[in-house]
Amino acid sequence: MTQTKIDVRGQTCPVPLVECRKAIRKAAQGDELIISGTHPASKKEIPMACEAMGIEIIEVKGEDKDWEIRIKR
Amino acid sequence: MSEDMAEKAVIIVHSGDIDKIYSALIVGNGALSMGMDASLFFTFWGLERLKKDGLDKGSLSRMNFLGIGKWMVRRRMQKSNVASLEKLMADFKELGGKVIACEMTMEIMGIRPEQLQEEWIDDYGAVGTYIMEAKNAGITLFI
Repeated sequence: MTQTKIDVRGQTCPVPLVECRKAIRKAAQGDELIISGTHPASKKEIPMACEAMGIEIIEVKGEDKDWEIRIKR
Repeated sequence: MSEDMAEKAVIIVHSGDIDKIYSALIVGNGALSMGMDASLFFTFWGLERLKKDGLDKGSLSRMNFLGIGKWMVRRRMQKSNVASLEKLMADFKELGGKVIACEMTMEIMGIRPEQLQEEWIDDYGAVGTYIMEAKNAGITLFI
């Protein structure tokens, strides 16, 4: 199991979602991904995408303009 | 990826305007990012954008003002750190998005495959190809 960090701070729609999806595709089962960003809508939409794909959301923390999301493949 | 056929977005890209190409690629990438399949069917003016070095050559659909409007919008986009069309297309392909080029448009406009960015194109087809792609898709759009 590995832990991968994805930094999408300063990026706007649709890049945070896309980079998250790219990382999920590359990750192995059980890998943890930590995505940090500043795009407010993505804070809601990354968990929405994970839910749609059946990926576990471990933690969503921070503010709308500075957040970190931890998920598990 | 989901096996459910309804988990798919199929978009007809009829316009070659830069803002609409953005819309198509953003929605396409959004669908792929949510775990859906996505196909873009490039036809008519949209097909022009598949020409080599043509992706960002469209004008703005409104207030283009001979390119000044496009230049201003571009500058604002850069300021807001909006991804380039080149990146959005590369991401779309990396995430398994499908690009279909309309054969009839190629015939009408006299466009040969070698004039197009062939590495992006998964398939060449006509209306039947689009219908087969779209008939079980949960999202279909005409842009």
